[in-house]
Amino acid sequence: MLRRWKDARHLLPLAAVFLGGLTLFVAVRGALMPAEFGKYGHYRPGTLADVRARPVSFAGQAACADCHADKVEERSKGKHRIVSCEACHGALAKHAGDPAAVHPQKLGNTPLCQGCHQEDKAKPAGFPQVMPAEHSGGQACVSCHQPHAPKL
Amino acid sequence: MESSRRKFMASAGKFLILASAAVSDGEPSAPTTGTSGYDPAKHWWGMTIDIDKCIGCGNCVRACSRENSVPDGFYRTWVERYEVPAGEDENPHVESPDGAIHGFPPSPNTAAKRFFVPKLCNQCANSPCVQVCPVGATFVSPDGVVLVDESYCLGCRYCVQACPYGCRYIHPRKHTVDKCTLCYHRITQGLTTACCEACPTGARQLADLKNPADPVHEFLRTNKIQVLKPHMATHSKVFYRALDGAVR
Repeated sequence: MLRRWKDARHLLPLAAVFLGGLTLFVAVRGALMPAEFGKYGHYRPGTLADVRARPVSFAGQAACADCHADKVEERSKGKHRIVSCEACHGALAKHAGDPAAVHPQKLGNTPLCQGCHQEDKAKPAGFPQVMPAEHSGGQACVSCHQPHAPKL
Repeated sequence: MESSRRKFMASAGKFLILASAAVSDGEPSAPTTGTSGYDPAKHWWGMTIDIDKCIGCGNCVRACSRENSVPDGFYRTWVERYEVPAGEDENPHVESPDGAIHGFPPSPNTAAKRFFVPKLCNQCANSPCVQVCPVGATFVSPDGVVLVDESYCLGCRYCVQACPYGCRYIHPRKHTVDKCTLCYHRITQGLTTACCEACPTGARQLADLKNPADPVHEFLRTNKIQVLKPHMATHSKVFYRALDGAVR
């Protein structure tokens, strides 16, 4: 029995090399793989925080209403009640963040109105749309219509 | 000879153990998740789009471009105008000039069925783009948004080809893939997406399918709903109301 194992000690260096190689592999893998990789799935969970870190450009309706409750109230009575402020006035997160320093641009009304209300056969039939040349003969939309609460 | 081999084995073993110890010391340990009260497990995001409300103004495309600094000539969302002559359901004429970022010129005055179709990443729950990524750079987040890890993406374009909806592109400066994130940076702090914020008719609505109070449930229950390319079994979470069969 002992005779059979008399050369077994030759295997020890080999086992040491295997063990060393395995340790190195585990260590290198641990170093290269980001912390918590695989926590939710086969990806780096830190990506969620990375993507979230992006700053916003549109402040959102609630931020507008905080200061401009009067305009929101006025709009709620007209046909534009579901149009958010920033749909026409543009992205204003900077203005919301520092209202004194950043002022929104004054709107150039007629082209803005036409962006939605220019007639197109592809638009839903019930949507109010006009051929501006026939409709007003080049007159500015706001000379008749009040954009915050259009009744006409 | 015997002794030199033994010496080599011993020193090699020592070297391996020391080297691995040195590498382990440099292992990063800072956790990178878990910011400010938002629990991804409590949400499951999608969107509803009502074709009958879309007026093709392009506000969503402009808002998306602005919010996400989308490079010129690329679109994370875009609007298509369909023109389907009678009996030509299989051959609709589709146009989307510059993704409709400047809206559309008026339609020609011919007798044909016409409508607008806004498109964006369908946030598939069973997404082909995720399945083909060889490095785990794109994935479905725990709250159901398909995102890209820019630091992992190789720019191999497998996912660009795999997406049945053409929603991905290679960012011309970063050379990694880029796509709609469903404004993940906004929706995780209680805001709606930029496209929904800017849509003047409410044609687009962000939907949280795990929130029982979200109007999406009534919308899905009370309307005829379709997703794009249902035969692809991607489990799309962008639900269209009044979608015509001609839409591809």
